[in-house]
Parts: sequence; C-alpha cells; structure tokens
Amino acid sequence: MKYLIMIYSNPRTWGHPVFLNTEEAEAMTQAERDEMVAGEEALFAEIAESGELVEGQALADPITTRTVRVHNKVPVTTDGPYGEAKEQMAGYFIVDCETPERAVEIAARFPDARFGPVVVRPIMDFSGQDV
Amino acid sequence: MTGREIEDLLRRLAPQVLAAVVRKYGDFEHAEDAVQEALLAAAVQWPEQGIPDRPDGWLVTVANRRMIDQIRSETAQRRREMNAAQEEQPEVSDQDDTLTLLMLCCHPDLTPASQIGLTLRAVGGLTTTEIAQAFLVPEATMAQRISRAKQKIRGAKFVLPPEQELPERLRTVLHVLYLIFNEGYTAVRNDLAGEAIRLTRTMHAIRNDGEIAGLLALMLLTNARHEARRTPEGDLVPLDEQDRARWKKDEIREGIALITDTLKTAPLGPYQVQAAIAAVHAEAERAEDTDWRQIVGLYQLLHQLDPSPVVTLNHAVARGMAHGPRAGLALLAPLEAELAAHHRFHAVKAHLLEMAGDREAARSCYRTAASLTTSLPEQRYLQGRAARLDVTR
Repeated sequence: MKYLIMIYSNPRTWGHPVFLNTEEAEAMTQAERDEMVAGEEALFAEIAESGELVEGQALADPITTRTVRVHNKVPVTTDGPYGEAKEQMAGYFIVDCETPERAVEIAARFPDARFGPVVVRPIMDFSGQDV
Repeated sequence: MTGREIEDLLRRLAPQVLAAVVRKYGDFEHAEDAVQEALLAAAVQWPEQGIPDRPDGWLVTVANRRMIDQIRSETAQRRREMNAAQEEQPEVSDQDDTLTLLMLCCHPDLTPASQIGLTLRAVGGLTTTEIAQAFLVPEATMAQRISRAKQKIRGAKFVLPPEQELPERLRTVLHVLYLIFNEGYTAVRNDLAGEAIRLTRTMHAIRNDGEIAGLLALMLLTNARHEARRTPEGDLVPLDEQDRARWKKDEIREGIALITDTLKTAPLGPYQVQAAIAAVHAEAERAEDTDWRQIVGLYQLLHQLDPSPVVTLNHAVARGMAHGPRAGLALLAPLEAELAAHHRFHAVKAHLLEMAGDREAARSCYRTAASLTTSLPEQRYLQGRAARLDVTR
C-alpha cells in the first residue's frame, strides 16, 4: 500500500532540508542540528533497505508557484502560492508500507515533524478484493 | 521457438543456472547479477541465432564469464583468491536447488517487499523492469530494493536451513508466493498471478507438503474466477453475480483434485482450509446452490488454525448466508471497536444489514466503507451498492 507523505514549511524560512532552516533549528547547537541530520539519514537508509522508499522530491520556493483556473474556457494564471496559508507544501515522499501505522511511524521520524505538519495520505489503487 | 516460449524456457532455467554459479563462487550477490545478464543476453540472441544445444550450459558459460569479468575488475587480493576458480566451468546440478534458492530469497532478515522482489528476479527470472512494472514503482526503486536485499543477506550460506528451522522458513516462502499471487490477482495483473502459480507448482513438484499443495490449490481455484470477477470496464463483480460459465474449468478441476487428495493425507493447515472453501464455491453451479453450512464449518476450522479479523469477517458472511443475517451480525459486533477504521468491516456489515432488510443502516454502512477503502474499484462498487438502496426505496 502506497502513501504520500507531505512535508509542510513556513515560506519565510524556505530552504532544504526544511527542518534545518526553521527559526527553531537555527537557534540550536551544532550538535543538535547534526543529530537531526543523522536521524534523517538513518531513516532514509532504513526505508531504502526495506524497500519502502519509492521516491521523494523537494519543491521549489512557493514564490515560483503558478496556479491555473479556467474561467469560461479561458485559462487564468496567477503567480505565487494559493491562499494565505501559513504553511506551504515543501516536499513529498512516496512510501510503500505494510500498514498505515508504519507509514505514520516513518512520517514521525522526519525531523521536519518537530517544526511543522507532516501529512500522510493513502494513495488509491486499482486492486480490488473479492466482494 | 517463439519469443514467449524462449521466455518460459529462460524462467524455468534461471534458478538452476543461478544455483550452479552460486555453488561455485559462494557469492550470491554477484552471481545473481551475472545470471540476470546471461538471461538478458539469451533473450536477445536466441530468437535470432536459435536455441543452443544445451541452453543451461550456454547460460552458465555466459554467467561464468561475467563473474570472471567482475572479479578481474576488483582488487588484486580478491583476484588471487579467485584465480584457481576461473579454470573450471560451474556445473548445472541434477539436484534441484530451487528450494534452497527460494529460502535464501525469502530470508527472515528481509522485509516482504524485498523478499518478493528478490524471489521474482532470482528464482522467477523476471527482469527488474518487469517486477517494477508489476508493483507500480519506478525501476530505480525496484533495482535498489533488490540490490539492498542482496547486500543484507551477503553472509548467508547457500544451503538448506537446518531441519528444525525448515517448517518456519517454508511458511515464509509460501507467504511470499501468496503475496505475489494476491497482488497479481487483486490488481488484475495476470502475469504475476501466473508467475506465483508457476513457482508454487515448482515447489509442489520438489517437496511433498500439505501446505504447498494447499496453496497451489487455493491459487488455482481463485485464479479460475479471474475473468468473471471484473466487467470489461474494470468494475468488480461479486461472487454471487459472477457468470460461472466463465470460470476456468481446467483450473477448478485441478484445484479440486489437488485439495481433495491433500486433505486425505497431509496434516491440516490454513492454506488447505482456504482451498477447501474455494472448492466449495467452485462446486456450486449457481450461487444459490452454495453449501454455506459447509463453508461455516470450514471458517470455524480456519479460525482455530489461524485466527485473524479477516477470517472472522468472512465467517460472518458465511453465517449470514447459512443461518440468516442476524447470526452474521452477531459475530461482527465484538469486532466493531477493533475494525472501525477498516472498510471491509463496514462492507460486510452493510451486506448483512441489507439482507436483514435494514436499508437505511445498510446504506450508511456502505457509504462508510466506500470512504475508507483505498481501492478505486471497491469504492465504485460500494458507492453503487449505497446508491441502489437510494433509488429503489
């Protein structure tokens, strides 16, 4: 079962990895910052070895966002992030896990979860059990 | 030989060739790469140049050459170690090493995802591309999954596990084959289901075991229904509405004969009971002829052997059919708290409520089930059932 893990961040402190660029992380000691980096690296190594990591990408600064709507068959494009949300999606991972609990466990181990929301959503598929 | 026949031949030879190379070098990780390259070379060359007289010998020679190339490119230290080994050609053994290979690929240190990938490549002879496509992941992901799995079991010996560990290891292999089958069957990727059947059949041929036979029978009896369980548009067709004329007679015949025979002789196990349940369904010419009382008995047995919430849910359906919907609902009630987040619980409950004539509650349960499932065809089906209770009010 595949899950989309979405990492959110405040655009004011944009940069990757997201968790190192937060104000809270900037105020930490180097040892604390290193510990977070090591934690994330250990997580990636673990889920790569287990075969759970499918893919992951970092997203560009929200300022580069383009939002498109079609009004009366005419596309209207606006620049910049949609809405006034404080948090914007900063990156995503797709993991392939045995259970939803495991997907949440992985999400909780992203250091980003200490500073902002990390959201887990199942990806629908075309399989179907006998009904 | 057609391309398809060559592919079948290569998949059949893959485990024997790999076993020969692993036995010579003791290095599963690189031997597996070398054999995979030999298989690819054969898939390209044989259709044009014809099949060699000894196809297995041809593959071993090519794989051996790859191993030597790999060793040459490694350190001088290792080169000295291997110098002697280059002289002679690995021999394809008469003894069947497929089981040893399967147990290595389904090593308990690996996760199911890795066990599946490795089994399909090393024993099934599938390419990484084919496996990645079957599991809808990028090829690079599958390649990494397989190579990490091989690194993880680097130190494992190419021998059968000790006698006292065999039953447990065998169970893991069967579970991996079952997962491969299930992925193929539920997602309508028949190649994958066929591959699982082929590998289980191979195991059945080399080892006399009730659960191997039970799993093979279960796969055959289930797979027999695959054409009838979806509409051309991909919608799910429930068992009681399937056109039974479209069930595959030969698979049913073989599955029933196999499970009947096995139940007489072997110690009972969960796959055998599941196969027996599938056989009872297969024996009913029309849905209304189904011997639900027998199925209830078999689920009780399965519950004793291998209890799980899924077994209880299926048991509840069977009880509902045999003794009326209220009897089924009574069985469900204690599961409510544990399974509230699982769509199948609500789907079963909805079905039983509908049978009991409680349309309002049934519709609401179908809706809950529809919102909880992560399968698009199941969601369409469940929404359809809910809508049907709306319009015929």
